[in-house]
Amino acid sequence: MNNSMLLVSPSPHVRSNNTTQRIMLDVIIAMCPALIASVIIFGWRALAVTVLCVAVCVASEWLFEMICKRENTVADLSAVVTGMLLAFNLPVGIPLWQAAFGSIVAIVVVKQLFGGIGKNFANPAITARIVMLLSFAGSMSNFATQNDAISGATPLSLKAEEAMPSLLDLFLGKHGGSLGETCVLAILLGGAYLLIRRVITWHTPVIFIGTVFLFTWALGEDPLTHILTGGLMLGAFFMATDYSTTPPTKWGKVIFGLGCGFITVMIRVFGNYPEGVSFAILFMNILTPYISAWTRRKPFGGVKKS
Amino acid sequence: MSIFKLSGVHVKHCKHTAGQKPERMPVPQTITLPMSMHIGAPAKPVVKVGDTVKVGQLIGEAAPGLSVPIYTGVSGTVKKIDEMITATGMRVQTVMIESDGLQTISETVIPPIVDSRESFLEAIKNSGLVGLGGAGFPTIVKLGADIEKIDTLVVNGAECEPYITSDTRTMIDEGDLVAQGIALIMKYLQISNTVIGIEKNKPECVLAMKKATASLNGVDVRALPSVYPQGGEKVLIYHTLGRIVEEGKLPLDCGVIVINCTTLACIAKYILTGMPLVEKCITVDGSAIKEPKNVIAPIGARAMDLIDFCGGFSEVPRKILTGGPMMGTALADLSTPILKQTNALLAFNEKDATPPKVTPCIQCGRCTEQCPFGLSPSEISKAYKAADGAKLEKLKVNLCMECGCCSYVCPAKRNIVQRNKLAKNMLRQYQMSNKGGK
Repeated sequence: MNNSMLLVSPSPHVRSNNTTQRIMLDVIIAMCPALIASVIIFGWRALAVTVLCVAVCVASEWLFEMICKRENTVADLSAVVTGMLLAFNLPVGIPLWQAAFGSIVAIVVVKQLFGGIGKNFANPAITARIVMLLSFAGSMSNFATQNDAISGATPLSLKAEEAMPSLLDLFLGKHGGSLGETCVLAILLGGAYLLIRRVITWHTPVIFIGTVFLFTWALGEDPLTHILTGGLMLGAFFMATDYSTTPPTKWGKVIFGLGCGFITVMIRVFGNYPEGVSFAILFMNILTPYISAWTRRKPFGGVKKS
Repeated sequence: MSIFKLSGVHVKHCKHTAGQKPERMPVPQTITLPMSMHIGAPAKPVVKVGDTVKVGQLIGEAAPGLSVPIYTGVSGTVKKIDEMITATGMRVQTVMIESDGLQTISETVIPPIVDSRESFLEAIKNSGLVGLGGAGFPTIVKLGADIEKIDTLVVNGAECEPYITSDTRTMIDEGDLVAQGIALIMKYLQISNTVIGIEKNKPECVLAMKKATASLNGVDVRALPSVYPQGGEKVLIYHTLGRIVEEGKLPLDCGVIVINCTTLACIAKYILTGMPLVEKCITVDGSAIKEPKNVIAPIGARAMDLIDFCGGFSEVPRKILTGGPMMGTALADLSTPILKQTNALLAFNEKDATPPKVTPCIQCGRCTEQCPFGLSPSEISKAYKAADGAKLEKLKVNLCMECGCCSYVCPAKRNIVQRNKLAKNMLRQYQMSNKGGK
């Protein structure tokens, strides 16, 4: 018996079937309804922007890791997820070179410069969007489309005399806005898929959306309109649930959701920007290490050291 | 009974051999008895090379203090007194016996006279028994504790590891012996309550134990969810009684002792027949075994002998374990002997044994969610990497029971348990150096 063929490794010797790649693939699948909706509402350019963002994200990750002689991780599909999410945060008419710039910022600056997957403290797509908002203010607030039925302004930035789209139109996304954030139906389908596949838990999305609903209602605004607009659904299901930038425990996620909801409403109602989801998530990302420490699970049977 | 359940994982049960009655393997040509198989001082050989020995004869006498005697399960001649390195890397003395195939029983095998707690405990010590659930803690030490404190006996019939079915067969085939063992413990340790915890995936065992203990007072059979690690001592106590064993304390401090069902059956067997612990029922299974079986083998038989009895390998084995896949030890050598606490021998083919590629941690938090003891493995890893002893102490890595749930669920396939073990070492050194400094 050739003993040298025996592998000696530490326990456990059996693992679950889940892999990082599988999780990322599930997120990509969950984003497909929103992608399809964006093409229907905004036209084929929506697909072009998405494909471009994905391609530039993957390429910049691959190039960066090659230059830095790090192991190549594009196969884990996380760059694809970032590319799609970033695209969903952009207006359909964004110049392609600006979208490419945003993709490079998301992957190289926000993710890779901090150590790669799992080591970034801020959500790459959200942070890149904010960078683009500040760098390309004009194109980032230009929501004009080829489709006459879609107004050039987002619902939250409508002037007082302009009519708000009906609740059904808001739900189906037939109005101006970023590529992937308008069709609430598509996002909810994706969110349901993520919940069923146990990629995310219900805590952050429900608390985030619930807080926005209750807080806006308490302030005398229309809560339904608020939760159906401004990229809240996209942010709550796909970006406030990002693993490395949000707390790992249930209570941590609840506090995170509460904070995001609170800040979103403060910015929308009292601040200068029409929507506050991106800033709220980024701000809560920064607080995440503290929230994680406060909400750490108590070891079973642990005794406090006197 | 606790309302809240501790986290755990649903592993594939793979209890292929649960329906098979154990088969006795033919007497192996030689057995090798290590003088140290578990915690405690090694036993001292009382035989010399060339001595004739019979089944049930004392081979290694217990050293003073925490130690347990060792007996032979084959009759024959002592061939060699040697040394070996165990699967966990320890160097131990061994006694090798060449069997004559006759299996003559020693005259020293007579049922002990038990009429009091002292004589009962004396009998337990002489039986050579250790915890047969896998941990191998000397039974005499567990039972010799302060009985005033104990009010409940918890019988561990969970057998939560995949593949292993030796406890299952004990409960089905020797349920009466288990009940007798329970009765003996309850009588001599003056315990009035017993709870038998069995996982729901063994309905025949639940029925068998209910039937066997029907005539005993104060015995409750509980069917528990089949979530790993249901059989972990502290987990079992919490799920059956709702009591928490605190850090640094023993189940004794909550008034409980936990004993494996097979250990109880062996206690009864010894009191009835006088035959000490000399053989085990071992589940041999895995993707590389031709005919998976439950094998009754003498302690000291080589792993290879058991595998030959099961038809040998169906494929080239890539990994062989003693114990279950979640906590078992990988073997480097097929001539490793079966120990007192071994209850499974698993052989896996290339496909099952190839370790998955380790990728970076994505901070998903699954390890933290699934840890039955509420630890934060990802933070422990970070603190270990930073050599932060104070943080490791705060995170209480010393509570880790190395059950494997964290590594099991990790999507990045990281060796979290291994790192926890290293972190525990680091914490011990940190605490020792702190004490020394003061």
